[in-house]
Amino acid sequence: MLHTVNKSPYEKNSLQRCFEYATDGSPVLLIENGVYAVLAAGSHASMVEEAISQHQLRVYALGSDLKLRGISKEQMIAGVLVIDYVGFVNLAAESDKVQSWL
Amino acid sequence: MKFSIMVNEAPYSHQAADTAYHFAKAVLAQGHELFRVFFYHDGVNNGTRLATPPQDDRNVVARWSALAQESDVDLVVCVAAAQRRGIADVDEARRNSKDADNLAPGFRISGLGQLIEAAIEADRLVEFGD
Repeated sequence: MLHTVNKSPYEKNSLQRCFEYATDGSPVLLIENGVYAVLAAGSHASMVEEAISQHQLRVYALGSDLKLRGISKEQMIAGVLVIDYVGFVNLAAESDKVQSWL
Repeated sequence: MKFSIMVNEAPYSHQAADTAYHFAKAVLAQGHELFRVFFYHDGVNNGTRLATPPQDDRNVVARWSALAQESDVDLVVCVAAAQRRGIADVDEARRNSKDADNLAPGFRISGLGQLIEAAIEADRLVEFGD
């Protein structure tokens, strides 16, 4: 199942809930304000790093939403993969369901 | 593969309507079928043709209408959500004794059954909202 999260972890706890719910190895796509979770210097960085390293979650971020918010590659947690809308569609197509954490 | 999309937020108040549109374009660009876009809750505000954004801004409503025309996408607005928010086509306006209608080209007003059908018919239903 593909999980999409559009809330900043600095505003809501939907990303945390998503990580708790998602089975190991699942793709999690950060969109809209959800992309703020990628900030390596942020206080929620360890939560994202653990999700990747301990639960093998594949964490993606939508490139255009990163750009809109001025987040550069250098500021990002290593291991977060940047994709575009075509990548979003491909992830949705290869997953059996899409769960939007709204 | 067949996709359906659900939009729950109004244009210009949240990014969801923009994200949904760009996702819809990418679905079609990848050669998939877009069975339906269903507008629910504040999402029905995507369907008012009276919206007049500044010329240097994106026109969310016109963009959807163009998508319907170019790619024959079924744009469905929930009737109960639309009535609450003053979105009406000619028939709805007449039925409710209103002096005007405002549904944008390419949109149609129908019921929640269309959302259920969109979920059943499509391989993937992707929801955009707040």
